[in-house]
Order: sequence, then structure tokens, then C-alpha cells
Amino acid sequence: MPAEARENPLSARMQLLTGAEAAAHAMRQINPDVVSVYPITPQTPIIQTFAKFVADGEVDTEIINVESEHSAMSAAVGAAQAGARTMTATASQGLALMIEIVYIAASMRLPIVMAVGNRALSGPINIHCDHADSMLARDSGMVQILTENAQEAYDFMVIAPRLAEHPEVMLPVLVGQDGFTITHSAEPVSLLPDEQVRRFVGDYRIPYPLLSGEVVTQGPFAMPDYYFEIKAQQVRAMQAAAQVFDDLSEAYEAYSGRRYQAVEGYRLDDADRALILMGSSAGTAKDVVDQLRAKGEKVGLAQVRLFRPFPAAASSSTVSASSPSPAFSL
Amino acid sequence: MRELKSSHQLPIGGAVLAQSAEPPHTGGWRVGEKPRVQLDTCVNCLLCWIYCPDSAIKIKDEAFLGFDYDYCKGCGICQEVCPTGAIKMVAEALVLPPLGRIEGESDAG
Repeated sequence: MPAEARENPLSARMQLLTGAEAAAHAMRQINPDVVSVYPITPQTPIIQTFAKFVADGEVDTEIINVESEHSAMSAAVGAAQAGARTMTATASQGLALMIEIVYIAASMRLPIVMAVGNRALSGPINIHCDHADSMLARDSGMVQILTENAQEAYDFMVIAPRLAEHPEVMLPVLVGQDGFTITHSAEPVSLLPDEQVRRFVGDYRIPYPLLSGEVVTQGPFAMPDYYFEIKAQQVRAMQAAAQVFDDLSEAYEAYSGRRYQAVEGYRLDDADRALILMGSSAGTAKDVVDQLRAKGEKVGLAQVRLFRPFPAAASSSTVSASSPSPAFSL
Repeated sequence: MRELKSSHQLPIGGAVLAQSAEPPHTGGWRVGEKPRVQLDTCVNCLLCWIYCPDSAIKIKDEAFLGFDYDYCKGCGICQEVCPTGAIKMVAEALVLPPLGRIEGESDAG
């Protein structure tokens, strides 16, 4: 076990928390400068819990209450560009309303962290989970991580700022947790000590903050020639995010003892059938795999945590190396 | 024609830094007319400097100097606000002294 984890016995760090509360605790420990947000089920308990931390003086964060998610994301862009570590949170129709500005944040290379309580898009109106909302941001240039449980929702909220702010990445990062299944379900969650989170996350730096005193034009018009060059930069940043995700997962393991992979193979060796899943259903499926394996069935699971950039090579090798069946080729 | 910079040479996110910004010389958008000033009529009120939407009126300390044709778009607002008629729009093709300054008492416009 890594030294940092040994200093803090697991039992001392376990709390009974919902995924939403766990994400809010990560935000408390990170102490972002600005959180601009508009409430929506099932994200609301994230910002509700965090707002209490702000009201109680546990963090220095400026919460900007806005009139819509479009404004929440717009305020986040302004704050991040000014030089503030910035977060927001949303779900479903709220993310749909943010999408226009998500593209702006990605193209201006603003490392905004967005907590999402994944929820189906209307209609029929449905407050429960699917991933259609974050799929809307699939091609926006925002890194996307989909978590399995409250522990992961916490862990990836801690990892997200460093991923977003890494000099080779500099992109917004979405951390999704399944609505209700994770956001509202209480589980034992192990929190790192506050000072370890602050040490892990470090200081916020972006190359050209508006408040630096340096004269700079942000978000300018670009003709198709320069538009293409700037999009090429984004593509490279998104590609770099895959390696940075792995590097940070390793760095985080030294603090938490938990190691995450972009795509995880679960009992895939010799499997002749496998599921490929994201989110909380992967957790359920691991139990199903265990039960069917106990009955002698050769089944397995490939769990995708990093949806953008999609770990295509890792997914392909995870699944196809273990099974010759073309049904599992990606 | 300026050489296109590649994605590897540009600051990320489309940021344009002051030291790398190339003057856009928007005066190239001017069509038809440009301003000139009859200096003996100018009272140095600087209303043209205040109203010019393109900061194309050049001054030194608080003294009116003339027009920056690299940025003047020829809107004619300076002529409109000039209280003495010293500023007048003239044909683009007309050859003028530097900064559009007409010395003496005759009206070259």
C-alpha cells in the first residue's frame, strides 16, 4: 500500500455519502474560486451540499447563481478566462442548454470542471438516468469520464481539475455520475484528507488569464484557415488527455490506493461473451458476471470510464485479446 | 500575403497576444471618401478625437495632429461633429499631405 494511504487508515476515512455529496466534498476540498450553477434534478444535491459548505465558510468559493444553464456555463467561461479555477454542475435538459457554450469553453481551452448527474433527455419527461445528456457533448471537445459509484464520483472530481488544467490538455472535463443510482444513493465513501487533495490538485494556472495584466485578445474570429489550425490544437489536446488520464490515475493511486483505467477488463480472460458498459450498470454487471462465472459460464465485462477521448485502442485490446469472437471487436 | 502559421506555432485557444498581433489596417475598408483638415480653421476642440469610432484621430499631448488613414474607415463622423467646418470629406483619390493636414488659408478640398 502506498505510504500516503497507510498514513490514513481506511476506516478513518469512510463516510456514508451519496454520490452527489461525495462530489460536493471533492469540490469543498479543492476549494475552487468560482462555481456558477443552476439547479436541476438530479444534480441539485451536488450544488445544494456545496452551497452549504460555502455558507458555512468552509471554502472561499464564489457561487454565482444564474438564471439558466446557458448563463451558468457562460459565467463559467468568463470566470475561467479571468483566471479563476471554475466548476459547474448540471444534468439532462440543463446540459442541453449549456452545449452551445461548452463548445466555446473547449475551443477557448478553458479547464472548467463540470459535475453531471446523468439524466435522460425529455420527453417524455424523465428524471432518471441514461447518458443521452452527456452524449450531447460527445463532439464538443470536452473530456468525459463516467463513474461507477459514489467513490468514483468523488475520486474523479478530485482528479478532474488536474486533468483539465494539464498544460497538454487545457480542456473542460465532465465527470458524470448516474442520476439517482449514484447521485442519491448513499454508500461508504473514502475521502482523502483535505490537505492531500489540495496537494494533489495544486495551484490553478492558465496561459493567458484576462487578469494577468498582459494584453491579449480572447475568442477572436477566425477564417477557415486559422479555424482549422486551432481545431487541430484541440484534437491534439484531446489525444493527449488519454495519456494524462493514465498518468494521473497512477499519481492518484499513490494517495488513494485505488487505480482506475480508461477501460477496465473484468474477468475477460477466456470469456466467450462480454458486456461493454459505462456508469453504474457496470457495477451491477460485475456481480452478474461473478454469479454466472460461479455457474461456469465464460462471461466478462469491459467497463469504459473515459468516454472522451474514447480509448479505442485500449478497448479493442481489452476485449479482442481475451476473446476471438468478432462480436466483441470495437 | 502573410504566411499562415501552423497550429504548432499559435497560442492555444485562438488567443492573440499583443506582441504577435498584426495590425489589421482596417483603413482598407474605406470606400470613396476620406477626411482632411484645414488647419487654420481648426480650434483644437478634439470633438473629432472624442467621436471617432476607430481611434483614427492622431493627437500629441492635447494637440490635434491629423488622421490615421491606416484605421480611418471614412465614416465622416468627424466632419459632422467639427464645429468650424475644418474637417471635410474629400475624394479618396485626392493626394493629401501626411495626416490630411492642409496648411494655409486656401481650401484644397
